[in-house]
Amino acid sequence: MDWKKYTYTFFITVIIFITAIFASNYFNQKKINEIKNIESQISIDISASETQFSLLSELSCKDISSEFLSKELATLGDKLSYTEESRGSDNAEVINLKKYYSLLQIKDFILMQKINERCGGKHLFIMYFYSNIENDCKDCEKEGYVLTRLRQDYPELRVYSFDYNLQLSALQTLISIYKIEDKQPALLIDDKVYYGFKSIDEIKDVIPALKEIDKQKNIKKASDKASTTER
Amino acid sequence: MHIISEVLTYIFLFVALYIEVFFLISYFEITEKEKNSKKSNFKKTKISDKKLPSVAVIVPAWNEGKTILKTIFSILRLNYPKNKLFIYVVDDGSTDDTWQVVQRFAKHKQVKLLQKENGGKYTALNYALEFIDTDLVGCLDADSFVHPEALRRIVAKFEDEEVMAVTPSTVVFEPKGFLGLIQKAEYFFGIFIRRANQCLNAIYITPGPFSIFRRSVFREIGGYRHAYNTEDNEIALRMQKNHMKISNAHDAYIYTVVPTKIKPLLKQRLRWVYGFLKNAVDYRDMFFNPKYGNLGLIVLPAAGFSIISCVFFFFTRIWSFLSVLISKIKEIYTVGFYSKGFNFDLFYINTNILVFVAIIAISGMFVLIAISRKLASEDSKFGLDSALYLMFYTFISPIWMLWAVYNFVFVRKGTKWR
Repeated sequence: MDWKKYTYTFFITVIIFITAIFASNYFNQKKINEIKNIESQISIDISASETQFSLLSELSCKDISSEFLSKELATLGDKLSYTEESRGSDNAEVINLKKYYSLLQIKDFILMQKINERCGGKHLFIMYFYSNIENDCKDCEKEGYVLTRLRQDYPELRVYSFDYNLQLSALQTLISIYKIEDKQPALLIDDKVYYGFKSIDEIKDVIPALKEIDKQKNIKKASDKASTTER
Repeated sequence: MHIISEVLTYIFLFVALYIEVFFLISYFEITEKEKNSKKSNFKKTKISDKKLPSVAVIVPAWNEGKTILKTIFSILRLNYPKNKLFIYVVDDGSTDDTWQVVQRFAKHKQVKLLQKENGGKYTALNYALEFIDTDLVGCLDADSFVHPEALRRIVAKFEDEEVMAVTPSTVVFEPKGFLGLIQKAEYFFGIFIRRANQCLNAIYITPGPFSIFRRSVFREIGGYRHAYNTEDNEIALRMQKNHMKISNAHDAYIYTVVPTKIKPLLKQRLRWVYGFLKNAVDYRDMFFNPKYGNLGLIVLPAAGFSIISCVFFFFTRIWSFLSVLISKIKEIYTVGFYSKGFNFDLFYINTNILVFVAIIAISGMFVLIAISRKLASEDSKFGLDSALYLMFYTFISPIWMLWAVYNFVFVRKGTKWR
């Protein structure tokens, strides 16, 4: 029997595990920093847009550059939900990042609404309220698929997603303003709240502009086809 | 549920890594010891012919008409004095032409032909033992062949008077196809394990093909037993229980024909794993027993652990695969199939602790594979067989592990030799 060998094998194994824990923490921290960087970048961009908006009287609506923001916000949302999945939704750092992300979404929403009012409504919004509590929202997963698909098909659609249970005063204010009940999934479209799962077609019924986009796409497709046949 | 499975995963990985490190250390220890020792293997093989002990090799055969000649000739070709090497062919009630085929050796001085009613391999071995009075005795299955120097290399190990049995290194003969290649790598790996176990004085299997014993072993602890068709595992455990030393000659190569089709392979492995589990129950007092040193404290528990962890990881893999599949089906059902485009982002690379532990464990496997191949005198450190082994073994082995565990727990019926 070789107790000495058993012991140092144990320590080597522990060292390997600790190395793995350190390596994992190092890379996870890098990811968190990346999210923080994106958030601060978006924050700067929103502030820039807000400033632009304040100066709008001196500028034309065309000069408001905000199209890219929706894409950036979506990427951030994806990365955040991936981090939440791997680190757990009760992780303090994840919660903080989520709060900031929610705040940025609200700011973006307010800004876009103002731009819509002043420059004419060209931005389409959906506010989506979900719950991460186990067995609390059975349809949230499905609704998530629907919104992801819509976002991919219609880049002009801005989907803001909020964890209903997130303790963030701005979010709670938003919830109380629109009187959103604690029933998820909930969708806020054009100041109206819809509860329960809504399919792609149901959402299109509520946002006719999406159908309009489909129509235009079909016309474009048809004319492209016609021009290829003519050649 | 999720937390339990995660904690279990960490525990299993920790133990697996511990065992891997332990075996590696043990291997390097023995290699270093042998390097420093004046009694190197090379010198040991230089025993003069006069001093060589007499050896009897039993060839139990049941319907081996096609391969038995090759086996007998390979023994006769051994570099060993003719007056000290004898072959005992036991026809265990074959229904094919085995008995007719072996008649060409009827008058051969070195070959004795025995015939009995069919009773299983262990009865054939015990039957032959009644006629044998040589210093050493071994067995060679009729589907295996020996390297000409194998016996001398094994006999050299008996210079140590404490050594009561010596195991060889088994390699796959002309591996064919996908399963053949995977087994080739697996057998190489077995060479490493046996070598490490030798250092730990913890060899618990004396493989059927060409393990050699002192004749006195059988006088002292009795002959072979049925032992759920894994008599080579049982005899080794019985020897260890009686504190008899088992050594290993890693350069004594035995070539064995392995199943190349899934069904016979599964049957063979079912027999091995089921037999081990049953023998483990019979010898359960050896597990975690400091009286049996490394064997009791590490090696036997590690063997049991490998079966449990194999089953555990199989289920966790199936579970995670099913979860992904169910989500995907749900997604397609909800929004239809569409291309999300390919957008590579380093961000989404998994940096979980488990991933890093797995990377370290797999790196360890590469080292083990390279060492195994070196022990098997392979030229390259890595081959197609190693790649296939790494990629697929963890998917194939759970099949027989699960089957054996199922039979062990629920089925009273034992396994068949074939």
